[in-house]
Amino acid sequence: MRLVLRGITKRFGSVVANESISLTVEPGEIHCLLGENGAGKSTLMNVLYGLYKADEGEIELDGEVQHFTGPGDAMAAGIGMVHQHFMLIPVFTVAENVMLGNESTGFAGTLDLDASRERVTEISERFGFHVDPDALVEDLPVGVQQRVEIIKALSRDAELLVFDEPTAVLTPQETDELMEIMRQLKEAGKAIVFITHKLREVRAVADRITVIRLGKVVGEADPKASNVELASMMVGRPVELVVHKDAPTLGADALVVKDLRVVDLAGHKQVDGLSFTIRAGEVLAVAGVQGNGQTELTEALLGLQDDVSGSIVLDGIELVGRSTRKILDSGVGFIPEDRQVDGLVPQFTIAENLMLNRSFKSPFVKSGNLRIGALREFAEVKLKEYDVRARDIDSLAGNLSGGNQQKVVVARELSRDLRLLVAAQPTRGVDVGSIEFIHKQIVATRDSGIPVLVVSTELDEVVALADRIMVLYRGQVVGIVPADTPRETLGLMMTGERPKDLKDVVA
Amino acid sequence: MSTVTTPTPAESGGLAPDPAVVARKGSGAKKLPIIFGVISALLAIVLLRSGHTGDTTFQLSAETDFVTLPDIVVPSMLTAWLMVLVCVALTAESVRRMLAHTPQPIWIPIAFALAWMTGFLSWAAADERIRVVSLFAGAVALAIPLIFGALGGVLGERAGVVNIAIDGQLLFGAFAAAIAASTTGSPWAGLVAAAVAGALVALVLGLFAITYLVDQVIVGVVLNVLVIGLTNFLFRQVLTPNAQTLNAPEGFNRLPIPILGEIPLVGPIFFRQTALVYVLYAVVALVAFGLYRTRWGLRVRAVGEHPKAADTVGIKVNLTRYRTILLAGAIAGMGGAYYTLVSVNQFNRELTSGAGYIALAAVIFGKWDPIRATLAALLFGFATNLGGVLSAIGSPVPTQFMLMLPYLVTIFAVAGLVGRSRPPAAVGIPYQQQ
Amino acid sequence: MSDTDKPQPDDKPDAATEAPRTPEVDATEDASAAADPDARSRSLLREIASGDALAGVLAVFLAVFVGSVMIAATNEGVRETATYITARPSDFFNALWEAISGAYSAMFRGAIFNYNLTEPAQQWRPLTETLKFAGPLIAGGLGVGIAFRAGMFNIGGRGQMLMAGGAAGWVGFELDLPTIIHLPLAILVGMVVGALWGGIAGLLKARTGAHEVIVTIMLNYVAYYLLFYALSRQFLLQAPGSANPKSLPMKETAILPKVLGDQFNLHLGFVLALVAVAFAWWLLSRSTLGYRIRAVGENPHAARASGINVGKTYTIVMLIAGSLLGLAGVNQVLGTVTSGVSLDLDASIGFDAITVALLGRSRPFGILAAGLLFGALKAGGFTMQTSENISVDLVLVVQSLIVLFLAAPPLVRAIFRLPAQEAK
Repeated sequence: MRLVLRGITKRFGSVVANESISLTVEPGEIHCLLGENGAGKSTLMNVLYGLYKADEGEIELDGEVQHFTGPGDAMAAGIGMVHQHFMLIPVFTVAENVMLGNESTGFAGTLDLDASRERVTEISERFGFHVDPDALVEDLPVGVQQRVEIIKALSRDAELLVFDEPTAVLTPQETDELMEIMRQLKEAGKAIVFITHKLREVRAVADRITVIRLGKVVGEADPKASNVELASMMVGRPVELVVHKDAPTLGADALVVKDLRVVDLAGHKQVDGLSFTIRAGEVLAVAGVQGNGQTELTEALLGLQDDVSGSIVLDGIELVGRSTRKILDSGVGFIPEDRQVDGLVPQFTIAENLMLNRSFKSPFVKSGNLRIGALREFAEVKLKEYDVRARDIDSLAGNLSGGNQQKVVVARELSRDLRLLVAAQPTRGVDVGSIEFIHKQIVATRDSGIPVLVVSTELDEVVALADRIMVLYRGQVVGIVPADTPRETLGLMMTGERPKDLKDVVA
Repeated sequence: MSTVTTPTPAESGGLAPDPAVVARKGSGAKKLPIIFGVISALLAIVLLRSGHTGDTTFQLSAETDFVTLPDIVVPSMLTAWLMVLVCVALTAESVRRMLAHTPQPIWIPIAFALAWMTGFLSWAAADERIRVVSLFAGAVALAIPLIFGALGGVLGERAGVVNIAIDGQLLFGAFAAAIAASTTGSPWAGLVAAAVAGALVALVLGLFAITYLVDQVIVGVVLNVLVIGLTNFLFRQVLTPNAQTLNAPEGFNRLPIPILGEIPLVGPIFFRQTALVYVLYAVVALVAFGLYRTRWGLRVRAVGEHPKAADTVGIKVNLTRYRTILLAGAIAGMGGAYYTLVSVNQFNRELTSGAGYIALAAVIFGKWDPIRATLAALLFGFATNLGGVLSAIGSPVPTQFMLMLPYLVTIFAVAGLVGRSRPPAAVGIPYQQQ
Repeated sequence: MSDTDKPQPDDKPDAATEAPRTPEVDATEDASAAADPDARSRSLLREIASGDALAGVLAVFLAVFVGSVMIAATNEGVRETATYITARPSDFFNALWEAISGAYSAMFRGAIFNYNLTEPAQQWRPLTETLKFAGPLIAGGLGVGIAFRAGMFNIGGRGQMLMAGGAAGWVGFELDLPTIIHLPLAILVGMVVGALWGGIAGLLKARTGAHEVIVTIMLNYVAYYLLFYALSRQFLLQAPGSANPKSLPMKETAILPKVLGDQFNLHLGFVLALVAVAFAWWLLSRSTLGYRIRAVGENPHAARASGINVGKTYTIVMLIAGSLLGLAGVNQVLGTVTSGVSLDLDASIGFDAITVALLGRSRPFGILAAGLLFGALKAGGFTMQTSENISVDLVLVVQSLIVLFLAAPPLVRAIFRLPAQEAK
C-alpha cells in the first residue's frame, strides 16, 4: 500500500506540533522517521492513525484521500500501529487482545475465541513469533508483548505498519530480532514506517530516511550517511557529544557498594550482587539497556526500595536500612530519572519545589514554620544562577519546559552540601542547550571533589561524562571499564557478553 | 500559587491501593490458616466463657411442605465443640497445604464456614429452634437489593466508572417504582420505572464523570445526597398528601415455582420467592455470561482496564462507558423496586438506609466479579438476617455486631487481610480523546 | 501490591516524549504533550480549584433556579392556576411569584433578619441561628478539606462525628467535674476519639494501601452500629431505665456556653470553629507539616523521593481531619442538642461537610464562607418548612446541585452559552 501525507499540520493550542509535513511511503519499503524526542514524530503518526485530527493537510492511501474519524477507520483502511507504550490489556490473553475490536462472534454476540486462537497461531507460525495465544499478556516478556502488537496489526490485514520507537524497551538481542521481523514484513510487501531517534537502527534497516525537527521535515537522508551527518540534521547544528573536562583529581574511596541486592515487589531480583566503588572527584557512569536494574540501583541508594540487602557505605556511613530522609540529610543529591514523577511537584511554584527535600530543618524551616522570606530570597538567586527560564519564582513548575524543570531539580540538589550525587537520566527529554548546561554542572560537581554516579541509557552521554563506565545487564555488573573503551565493546557488554581480553579497571 | 481542591484523578480516582505507599505483604495463601486459626479460637473462647446446656433444634422444613424433612435435635454444647474440632482439623489441613506449597482449594473455606456456622448456631440457639429454611430464605430476600446494586456496581466499575451512587440509584428506583406501580396498578410497570430511574441517576453520573471529567467519587457522593434530598422533598410535598393514589403500590406477590419449589430445603429458599427474585436470577446469569463470554463484555472490560488500548482498536471508549453505566444504573434501580414492591410496599424517607454502600462493599469483597459479588451480597444478607433471627430468640450475640459484619469484612478485604482485591486498572480515571 | 506497583504501560508518561507541559514558557518542545489525557483532566481539576468566579456565581444561580422550579411545581396554587393559564395567565404568574418569593423571603427571615418582628434582638435572632448551624459545618468542612489537600477523600465524617459525639457525651453526662475542667475535657476526649477513628483510615492506607474512600465509608457504618450498641446497653451510654437508644442529658458543667446570652442559641462551638479555621490556615499556608501535606497531595512520588514519609503524612492528616470532624460532633452533643447522645447526632453534617469542603475549594477561608452559606440555607430551610410548608429537604437538593455545577464549569458555561475558556 502506498501512503502519501500531504501538508499535514497539527496544532495544540498555540503550539504547532506538525507543520505542513509531506511524506511518501512505498510498499515493500522501510521508511524511517528520524528525529529528536519531541520533534513531532509521534504526533504525526497519531494523526495518520486517526487518534488526532489534523488541522490541515490530507492522507492518501493508494491514491484515495482518507477521512479518519478514529483509529477504527485507520485500521479498516489497512494501517496497523505498534505503539511505543503497548496498547495491550495486561489481564487479557493474547487471543483476547488480538481479537479486541475485531471480534468474531457466534450466537448473541458470544465470543469465538477459537477463531482468534487460530489466527494468532497462524500468524505466529508464518513469521516464527512463538506466541502462545492463551498466555496472559502481563506474564509475557516485553519483546513478546511487542510481537503480540504486531500480530494484532497483521490479524487486521494491515498493509502499512507503523512502529513508534519500538526499541526503547528492548534488549539488544530483542532489537536485532525486531529488525529481522521488519525485514521479513518488508519482503512480504508491507509498507513500514519506523520511528526512532537511534541512528544505529536507522542505518541497519532503513530504505529511506526522513528527518523531522521541531515539527517540520528537514529533509531526506541517505541510509549510508554517517552518524554525524544524520545527527546534525536531527539536531540542527553539529552536535557536540564531547563534554570538555579535565582529568579527574581522585580522592579517597567515597562510596563503597558491596554485594547489593534489590528484590522488587513482584519478587524479582532486579539488582543482583552489585559491588563497586566511587572515589571522591570521580564520575562513575552506568551504561545498559533500560530495565537492567539501573532504576532499582539508584532507588536503593536513596532508600526508596524496600527489599535491599548488602551494603552501601558513604564516607564510612552505612546507608542500607536508613530512611530516604536520613540519606538525603547525610548529603546524597538525587536527580531522579523521571522528574515529572519523582523530582517535582508540578502544582508547586519553583520556590516551593526548591525546598522539597529540606522541609524538616533550616534554612527554610524554623520550629515548624516555613521561612517564606528566606525561601524566596534563595529561589531568586538560584533562578539566575541556574538560568531557569521562567517568569518568576512563583511560576508553577508544571508550566516549565522539560529543560527548565530539570534545571530546577539540579539547582535544588546541587545547592545542598553534597557528599554524593546520583544523577539518573539527567538529560532525558531536555533541549540541547539545557543538556550542555546540566553536563557542565555535573562535571563541576565532580571537580569540586564529590563522587558522582550517572545513570544513562544514552551511550553518548555515558561516554561523555564518565571517568569510568560500569555496564549493567540483568542487575549484574558485566564489567567496569575505562571511559575510552570502544563503543563496540560497550555495546557488546550491554548485551551481557564480556569480551575475553577485557580488563576491569580498578579505581 | 495554585492548589487543587480535589485529589488528582490518577491518585484518587481509582480505588486501587496507592502505589506510593503500598507496603509489601505476605502472600494470600499464608493468611488463610491464620484467619482460620483466629476464628476457630474465637468460637472456642466463646464456648468456654459462656456454656449453655440443652439441645438445639434445626428445623429443615415447614409443616406445609410437600416433602417434609424431620427436625434435627442436637445437644448444643457437644455439637458446638464437635464443630470446633472440625474447624481445627480444617485449619490443620490448610496449614499443611501452606507448608507443602500446594494451593488452597475452594472447598476448605466453604467447609470451614459451614462447620463454624453450625457450631456457632447450636451454641447461640441452645434450647431454641433454628428455622433453617426461613433463615436462608430471609437472607436471599434481604440480599435482593444488594445483589442488584452490586451487579450495577460491578458493571460500572468494570467499564472504568466508579459507582458510589448505587445508593442513589436504589433509592430513586424505589421511589419511581412506588409511583408507577401505584398509578398503573402493575408491579411490572413499577419495575420498569425503577430501572429507568436508576438509569437516569447513572446518566447524570455519566454526564459529570465521563463528559465533564469530574472526580467520580465526588459525583457519586453528591448524587446520593441529591437523590435523598429530591426524594425526601417530593415525598413530603407530593407523595404524602396523595398517599392513596401515588404511594400505595401494587407489590409483587410470592410466586412459587411449581416443581422446583417442592424440592426440600432448596425449593423454599430459592423458588418460593417473588417474581423480582426470578428476574434477579436471570440478570445475574446474563451479566456474568455477558461480561466474560460476549463481544460486549470483552469491550466493556477492555475499556475499564486500558481505555487507550481500546480506543486504538476502534472502540468508542466513552460511548461504551455511557452505555454500560446506563445498563448498570437500570439494574441497580431494579434493586430499589424491592423496597416498594416487595418488602415495605410503600415509599418512605431514605428507606434504603445505605444499602447501596453494602452493595459497594459486595462489589469490592466480590473482587469486581458478578458471581463473587452476588455471593458476597448473599453473605451480607445472611449476616443481616442472622442478626435479626438471633435477636429474636434472645441470643447473647448483639444484633449490632452482626449488622456491622459486612462493613468490617470489606475493610479487611481492602486492607488485604482477606484475599486480595484487584480493581479494574482504569477505574475512576476519565478518558479523553483528542 | 506488587501488580499495581509495576510500571504499567501508560501510567507514567514517558518524560522523553510525552511530558505533559503547557506552552507558557517554552513552546518549542514536544507538543503532543498537550494531548496527554491525564494532563488534560488534571488541568480541568485545577480549573475547578482556581475556577472563574463567574462560573461559581452561575452555579449557585442555576441551583437556586432548579430549586425554584421544584417549589413552583409542587405548589398547589401554581398547579391550580396552570390549568387555566391561557385564560388568565396573570393568576398563574401571581401564584408563581407568591410561591417562590414566599419561599425565599421565609428563608431570609429564617437565616438572617426577621423583618416581621419588632424587637431588634428578635429580628437578628435568625442570624445567630445561621452561625449556630454553620459552626459544625465549618469544622467538618475543614476536616474534609485538609484531607483533600493531602489527596485523600474523607467520606468518614459521619463515623468520626458519631464516635466523637458518643465519647464526648459520655464524659458530659457521666463525670462530675467543675466546668473549667469538665468542658475542655469533654471537648478534648471527643476530638481525640474522632481523630483516632479518622486515623484508622489513614493508617490502613499507609500500611496496606487500602483506599480511604472505601474504608471511611465502611467505618461510618461500623461507628453507627458501635454507637447503636453502646446506646442500647445501660452500662455504656443508654440512659438508665430507658428502652430508647438515647443517653442522659449533658451536665451543665459540660455544655458549651451561649456566647450571646441565653436568649440566643449560639454557643461557643461557633467560636471554636473559627479557631479551627485559623489553625487550618496556619497549618496549610505557614507550617512545614502543611507544606508536606500539600506535597503529598499533589505528588506523593516526588514527596517520597524527597524524604517525606508519605504513609506517616496520610496518617497524620487523617488524625487531624478526624479531630476536626470530632469537633463538629462535640459541637452537636455539647452545644446544639444537649439532651443526650443519640444515633442521629451527626444530623447529616458528616456528608454536608463534603459539600462545604468542595464549595470552599478546600481552603480554610473558602470553607468558612461555604459553611456560613450552608448554615444559612439550613436555618432558613426550617423557617421555610414551618411557614410556607416547603420541605427543608429542598436545601439538600440546592446544596448538592451547587456542588455538582461548581465541579463542572464547562457544563455551566454550556448552559449559559458562554464561550469556552481559552487557555491562558
